[in-house]
Amino acid sequence: MAGKAWRSTIFNLLRQWGLSINGKDNIEAQEVSRVVGALRTESPQPRTYVRGIHTVTLIPGDGIGPEISSAVMKIFEAAKAPIQWEERNVTAIKGPGGKWMIPPDAKESMDRNKIGLKGPLKTPIAAGHPSMNLLLRKTFDLYANVRPCVSIEGYKTPYTDVNLVTIRENTEGEYSGIEHVIVDGVVQSIKLITEQASQRIAEYAFEYARNNQRASVTAVHKANIMRMSDGLFLRKCREAAEKHKDVKFTEMYLDTVCLNMVQDPTQFDVLVMPNLYGDILSDLCAGLIGGLGVTPSGNIGANGVAIFESVHGTAPDIAGKDMANPTALLLSAVMMLRHMGLHGHAKKIEAACFDIIRDKKVLTKDLGGNSKCSEFTEAICQRVLDLD
Amino acid sequence: MAAHSAVLSMSKIFNPFWGGRFGNTVKVFGTTLTSHRNRSSRNPPPAKYGGRHTVTLIPGDGIGPDLLNHVREVFRFSCVPVDFEVVHVNSADESEDDINNAIMAIRRNGVALKGNIETIHTMAPSVKSRNNLLRTNLDLYANVMHCQSLPAVQTRHKNIDIMIIRENTEGEYSSLEHESVSGVVECLKIITRTNSLRIADYAFKLAREKGRSRVTAVHKANIMKLGDGLFLQCCREVASGYPDITFDSMIVDNTTMQLVSKPQQFDVMVMPNLYGNVVSNVCAGLVGGALVPGANYGLNYAVFETATRNTGKSIAGKNIANPTAMLLAGCMMLDHLKLYDYATMIRNAILSTMNETRLHTADIGGQGTTSEVVQSIMRNIQSKGPLISER
Repeated sequence: MAGKAWRSTIFNLLRQWGLSINGKDNIEAQEVSRVVGALRTESPQPRTYVRGIHTVTLIPGDGIGPEISSAVMKIFEAAKAPIQWEERNVTAIKGPGGKWMIPPDAKESMDRNKIGLKGPLKTPIAAGHPSMNLLLRKTFDLYANVRPCVSIEGYKTPYTDVNLVTIRENTEGEYSGIEHVIVDGVVQSIKLITEQASQRIAEYAFEYARNNQRASVTAVHKANIMRMSDGLFLRKCREAAEKHKDVKFTEMYLDTVCLNMVQDPTQFDVLVMPNLYGDILSDLCAGLIGGLGVTPSGNIGANGVAIFESVHGTAPDIAGKDMANPTALLLSAVMMLRHMGLHGHAKKIEAACFDIIRDKKVLTKDLGGNSKCSEFTEAICQRVLDLD
Repeated sequence: MAAHSAVLSMSKIFNPFWGGRFGNTVKVFGTTLTSHRNRSSRNPPPAKYGGRHTVTLIPGDGIGPDLLNHVREVFRFSCVPVDFEVVHVNSADESEDDINNAIMAIRRNGVALKGNIETIHTMAPSVKSRNNLLRTNLDLYANVMHCQSLPAVQTRHKNIDIMIIRENTEGEYSSLEHESVSGVVECLKIITRTNSLRIADYAFKLAREKGRSRVTAVHKANIMKLGDGLFLQCCREVASGYPDITFDSMIVDNTTMQLVSKPQQFDVMVMPNLYGNVVSNVCAGLVGGALVPGANYGLNYAVFETATRNTGKSIAGKNIANPTAMLLAGCMMLDHLKLYDYATMIRNAILSTMNETRLHTADIGGQGTTSEVVQSIMRNIQSKGPLISER
């Protein structure tokens, strides 16, 4: 394909000049893409932004996925957001060489558009291939999982005023999957911490804090017990803190964070941590604001790829019955708009969503109401039009 | 096996006089014996020298020394027949002599009360956590924590009553790390069948003893299939031997989510080391923070401390720390030494200071200082305790 030839030529040129294109160096892959796109003869802007419309890959997912995806599409249409959706399916297929991979058209679409929105994916138990989420993570090197947890006015939980962000390293740590039985009855699981991954996530955390006007970043660790591994992680966080003096940096033990989080979550701002602690803490924070049904989440990858997703399950028992709650996917889509710089639309849609939840007139079953998904969606669309 | 049972019967005969010492010889013959004999940790070390027990006291760092001084004050005031052998551990010292002294003292006395010893990051990684060394050398395999909502403490959740049993020696805290290549560090998490069976057995025995109906195993076996899978399998095996107790399992991230929304659903929880750290701190936070005592039980030794295991450096020396957890840990120790009357007396005094007098320290929303709370507790003991003062 002509586009690919162009791109590889540019890459080779840049490589010759001593700059290489992978997430490891200081070159922002996004900048390169933009440069490459600008050199194309057709339009002076990157491929995904043609005549003011961004193209986004949409992966509806399984179970309630299609319903909530269409709900989000409807709301975006009502808000007149400049988004064009490209639907793709990511059921794993066996590629050449016997390795499981996602369908090539999905991969190509994602690589082109760079931004994706994903619904819940089913993890098959005996299909022989690894979970789809894991596959996506490996394919696009999604190294950071970002979960902003903000209390939703109108959805009462014992915790009000929660406003924090958990940034979790998503590729290594305790979830490296390296396990073996040494002798019968003794199992060893390896937790892997590398300098490169820790540096990447620390840099990202500070960039995020800077771009989103957050005042402080806290590194969560257990370096008193895991001296070398969490020690390395902590060192890299400290180095990144040195480069970003405008953001305050603190370090806190995992147990202290847990203890304080359930007593007073307002003292936390941005939290950065390795994989396992991130998993537990991000779900803890999701629980504080009301559960996975209302929590947005984004995965940032190398090369400028970002996939935003809803983290709840596929809920096969309510699939197809118009009972699903699209809030999680909607808030993730709002996060996506903010990532793309469309703050006006993001604010409008978010405000509409929160207003409807606060009004408590039209709520889906899990939020405590009795309405259908379509009614909820309709109410939000109406509110979006009113806010215009 | 005949030789084993011979040694067992020998140790039973000698037990009253030699206390825990013969226990070490029996251990040489393998851990299989442990399931067959009576847990000698249930039999307290004998009170020699006029009926007074000797207990090792390790002050630790941060708020530890202050709080333990208060414990000693209260015990002295209540005429508790316990003498404390104080062993200091210098956390800035790279050599392990201090902690080995402490371990030897605990082996001598059988029971200890300790504060948390700080682990300084700036030292080389070969300097391991002192607390961890203590736990692994003495094989204190079960960490037990009982979280109960106290009526006078303002919390977001009410009616919490959870017992947490945490494996205390292996798992992620094995301190086995190496840097294979510069910039790539591996940390080993070890799960063994024997330890998992041991902790599951302990959990179910404790649940039965306390009349609990449900045990939940917390794990992450969907990701760590072999490691936590083994732990879960061992729990299931042990559960089959206790048909009167319901057994279920839950993934750790779901557990934390449930704990902050509906903690009343949990009864007894058993888990490996790291998840135990997270869950026990979350539960402690749910009932108010620094109010829960913790106990570390091994086959022959018992060490009591606060459940949250923090040094509290930022509030050290300011007289604002909450003494409740350490005092309740002291009461747990008295229960272990079978000095039930003293334990109940002090515990009641603490609870009435908290619930009736409502004198609270800053961390639970009051304005009292540590010394004021301790004075109030002692006043309570004086007025309600039996035969303390001659009147």
